[in-house]
Formats: sequence, structure tokens, C-alpha cells
Amino acid sequence: MNDMIPAFEVPPHAEPRRPWRQTGRTVLLNGGVVVVSGSLGALIVATTGLVGLLGWFVATILVLPPIAGAVEAKRGVRAVTSRIVGASVLMMFVSVALPWVSIIWTVISRGAKAFYNGFLTTDMLVNSADDPLNLGGASHAIIGTLLIVVMASLLAVPLGIVTAIYIVEVRGRAARYVRFFTQAMSGVPSIVAGLFIYATVVVAVTHKFNAVAGALALSILMLPTVARTAEEVLKVVSDDLRSASYALGATQLSTTWRVVIPTVRSGLITSAVLGVARVAGETAPLLLTSQYFVKFTTNVIDGPMASLPTYVFANLGVGSENSVARAWAGSTVLLALIFILFITARLIGGRNKKVR
Amino acid sequence: MGVEAEVTPRRLTVGRTRSDKVFRGVMSLGGFTSLVVLGLIAAFLLFRGFEIFRDFGLSFITSSMWDAGSGDATAPARFGVAPMLVGTIVTSLIALVVAVPFAVGVALFFEYYVPPFMKNVFVSMLDLMAAVPSVVYGIWGYSVLMPHAVGWSKSLNHWFGWFPLFRVPAPIFERSPFIAGLLLALMILPITTSVAREVYSQAPRDQIDATYGLGATKWGAIRTVVLPFGKGGLVGGAMLGLGRALGETIAVYLVLNLVFKVNLQVLASAGGNVASLIATRFGEASPYELKALMAAGLVLFMLTLVVNMVASTIVARSRRSS
Repeated sequence: MNDMIPAFEVPPHAEPRRPWRQTGRTVLLNGGVVVVSGSLGALIVATTGLVGLLGWFVATILVLPPIAGAVEAKRGVRAVTSRIVGASVLMMFVSVALPWVSIIWTVISRGAKAFYNGFLTTDMLVNSADDPLNLGGASHAIIGTLLIVVMASLLAVPLGIVTAIYIVEVRGRAARYVRFFTQAMSGVPSIVAGLFIYATVVVAVTHKFNAVAGALALSILMLPTVARTAEEVLKVVSDDLRSASYALGATQLSTTWRVVIPTVRSGLITSAVLGVARVAGETAPLLLTSQYFVKFTTNVIDGPMASLPTYVFANLGVGSENSVARAWAGSTVLLALIFILFITARLIGGRNKKVR
Repeated sequence: MGVEAEVTPRRLTVGRTRSDKVFRGVMSLGGFTSLVVLGLIAAFLLFRGFEIFRDFGLSFITSSMWDAGSGDATAPARFGVAPMLVGTIVTSLIALVVAVPFAVGVALFFEYYVPPFMKNVFVSMLDLMAAVPSVVYGIWGYSVLMPHAVGWSKSLNHWFGWFPLFRVPAPIFERSPFIAGLLLALMILPITTSVAREVYSQAPRDQIDATYGLGATKWGAIRTVVLPFGKGGLVGGAMLGLGRALGETIAVYLVLNLVFKVNLQVLASAGGNVASLIATRFGEASPYELKALMAAGLVLFMLTLVVNMVASTIVARSRRSS
């Protein structure tokens, strides 16, 4: 067979060609476009009403796409349009990333001012919000958030996973509707969840604000997130695995319990963590259920309990310089908590993909 | 051999074992939680707010009055959420108008312009911003966005003041529906973008390559294949964002001035939304006013439920067709 193919001489040191690679010329051109737009933006800031760094950003973002298009001028209208769209899309991303970076930067830089050694370990029982920033802290809010979120998870995670199992494993007749209503439930406004728990639990059962009510309200918001993520995760399990298990004579219960769930255990943990990240920062429902209290307490039934979002909200409401600084520091802790949860979820989820 | 004649087919147990029946039963029960909870929310808010609907009827939705009264016959309580309802819709629409073009742009950027190794980083960033709590958006919006946005409002009013919506009764631009709308736009951008991105990523690769084969530019491929393909998903994502914006409480509470008058002048410092009304009045409400708040909550719940159901139907349909 081999001698039927004409010999093809490979030159001894031929480099494979990579036409998709950026050539030095395009890199230079792109850099030129950025530099020209940046200086034009500076010129606009110098001569017109736009001022400051933000003004320069806006001016640059606006002038860059046409300049990028002009570079392609000799290749015709379509090339120019395509280039302008490409540059505009990039600029849209930049202008969206700007506020996001600003949010994270502001929270960290302003929060750092109110931070001191005792911030994480003292409560506000003996200090008022106006006190100097080296007194008092947010320990009561941190423990409150942890307790409320853990209680909410204890309820919402099993229920969410069961909902997902119903949709994916049991595949009951109503699976489509359950899926639909779980989706709809994810749109329940957080304040409505709080109002509902207030109307049922606080008014009718406990007669006072408490952390359990807060956890119940959060679990309403958490359930759909867990259910939807867990559903996506369970769908990934290949039907071959299930068939193999059934072929060995396993019941559906033991197939689910011993085959499906162990396969995606880390994915299910991810769904739980994402659910926690979704609700840890909720303020509105907690204002109506667990409210805010200045003392470090672990009593979840009797009386209100602080949490990080309500700590931020309460300190913001006082409105003095020091209390607002406390609010920023509370935001920093909250944001850090959520980001850590998120990265944890990513790491666990990522590991799952590799194992599979 | 007589053996063959004696062989009868083994009896097969068809149907499920008892343990499976129990398992399926329990899972089904659990699966219906979401349905039950939704039903309970509607039922309880209706139950608590029933008196209000009986006393005020439709005027609870159409009139502009929030007066808890003095508790006796001389100054009866009067409630009507029209301004808050209008404010809810106005701020959410502003958010949608601002967010959707950016969502399309950013989704296209992530899916078709970013090198693959950076795409994962950006997508994680998107998810991360979706998880930023609304109180953080609120405090940032109040102290960082607002000073800038006031300047933008002034320019808008200066250049486009002839347009009725951009007029203001007094030159106060702080805490306006416009600013609340901008902040909401930022808040709904992650969810809208990630739905749009997901749909765009499913655009048929072969059709895109075919347009390239015919000599199309990148924009040509996107315009003729990706955007038409992703239309349904984009609408669904936008409506999911709308549902979020309608129910947002704390961020709006912090950047919007609660005024009980229907206000369509988006740059003026007056507005409100139902959710922030509930948060504002809840603390000091009389039992009767509390019922009115429950009724307002029911109205909000129904509004967002309808929007979300339509949204998830559209998203599901566009997924199925792909």
C-alpha cells in the first residue's frame, strides 16, 4: 500500500505554519490603536467638559472603535464594520468591568479603615456605632450570619437535592411542572419571602423576631438555587452507569444512593455552596425576621440576632462617619465570606470534572 | 430428552420493589416543596391582606395614598400603591434598557472574542458579581455611583430637558429613579449576560464555519447566525433580570427617595418601589398598615411570578429548539 502514495518530501527544518497566529504587524497595529485612542481621549478631556480619570475612560471608550475600524479602511466596508463591532464589544466589557472593579476596590479600601485586631472578635454591646473605630466589632454579626446560614442550609440543601432527584432520577409525571415551579420560585422577591415568614412564623408561632425565622426565609430563597444546580449536576451522570446498576439487579433506591450520588458528590457540594453564597448576603428578608441585635448571642429562638447584612444596614442607617466606616468593614467581611464560598465551590466543582 | 418439555419460563417480577415505591414517594413529596411553598406564600399574603382588598378594592392598586390614619373615624387610613407600582416598573425598565445592550455585547465578547484560556476567568468573574449582595451594591451605589450619576443627570437634563421624561420640577438630582435604574442595571447584568452567553455558546458551529467559508467577517457570522439563534434566550435572560429588578429592596431603598406621588420624570428625586416601601414602613407599621404591606407584597409577588414564569418558559423553549 505504502508505495502507491507518491513520496512527499518534507524539508528538513520546516516550521509548521500557523496562520491563526497574531503577526507582529497586527500586534503593533492594535497597540497603536489603543495608544492613539488613549491620547485622543486625553485631548478630549483637556478641551471639553469631560473631566478626570472617568472622563478620560469614557472618551477613550467612545473613540476607540472608530479608530480601530479606520485601520481596516482599505479592506472594505464589511471589514471596517466587523472591526468596529469587535472593538465596541471589547469596550462594552471594559465599561462594565469598570464599576465591578470599583465595587470590589471601594469595599476593600474603605473597609480597611475600620479594621483593627478586635473587629472580628468583639460585639457592639458596650459600644455605640459612633465610637472610635478601635472599639467594638462585628463578631455578633459574623456568628449570626454563620448560624442563620447553616440552619437555612440544613433545610434547603436536602430539599433542593431531593427536588433535583425527583426531576432527574424519579422522572415522575409532574417532573416538568416541578422544574417549572422551582424556576418560578427562584424569582420570589427576597422581601416577599421575609414577609411570608413574618406572617406565618413570627406572628403566629414565635411571637418575636428570631434567627430560626430568618433561616426559614433564607431557605425559601436558597432552595431553587440548590435544586437547579443539583439538577444540572445529576444530569451529567451517564445513563450507562444507571443501566449497569439496574442490570446487576439494583433497585432505583440503591442505584441513586450508591451509584449516582457518589459519582457527583462534589458537584452536589458545589450546589450547596452556591446556594449558601446566594443567600448569605440577603438583607431584606432578615430585616423582617431576625432583625438586628448588638450582642453576641447564639440563642436562635429567643429574640433578634445580628447578621452581616443587617449589621451593614444598621450602621449605614446611623449615618455618622464612624458608623459608615463600620458598614464598609462589614461589607468587606461579607464580600470576603461570599468570595471564599464561591472559590470553594469552583475548586470542588473543578475537581469533579477532572475525576469524571 | 424430557427435560426441555419441563422448562417453563422463569417468573419475572415486574413493577417496583417496596423500597423503590417508598423512595419514589418520598422524593415526589420533596419535589413538590417548591409548589407548596409558592402556594403557601400566595395564600398567606392573601389571607393577611384580604381585609385591605375588601376595604379598598381596586383603588389599592390605582390610587396614590399611603396614610395610616389616626386609628379613629376622623382620619381613616387610606392605602394605594400606584406610585410604588409605577416606580417599580419605571426603575426596572430603565435597568433593562441600560443592561440588555451591554449584556449582548459582553456575552458576545466572552463567547467569540476572548481567547479560550481567559474565558473561564471572565465567566467566573460574571458568576462572582452575580453573588455580590444587594446591600453591597446599595452602599456602593449610594457613595460612589450617585455623585457621578448626579453629574450625568444634570447633563441629560441640560441637553435633553425638552423631552418630558427628562424634565425636573426642581434642580435636585440625588436619589432619582434614573440612578436607581442604573444601579439595578449593574445588578441584573450578570444574570442577563450569563443566560445570553450560554445561549450564544450553543449557536451551531457548522453554520458559523459555513458563513466564514462564504467569506463572511466575524460580525457577519454573528449577525446572521448567532444573534438570530440567541434571540429567545436573550429575551428570557432579560426577563429573568427584570424579575430580579422588580423585587430588589435594599439597593433601591438606599438610592431612591420614597415619595408617594406617581412620578415619571426619571431624573427627579422622587420615586420608590413596592419592595422598598415594605422595608421602609415595616418597622413602625400599625396592625392595619401591616395588612396593607402584606397586600402590597402579594401584588409584588404576583407581578414577579408572572414575569419569571414567562421568562423561564421562553428560556426553556429556546433551549429545547437548540
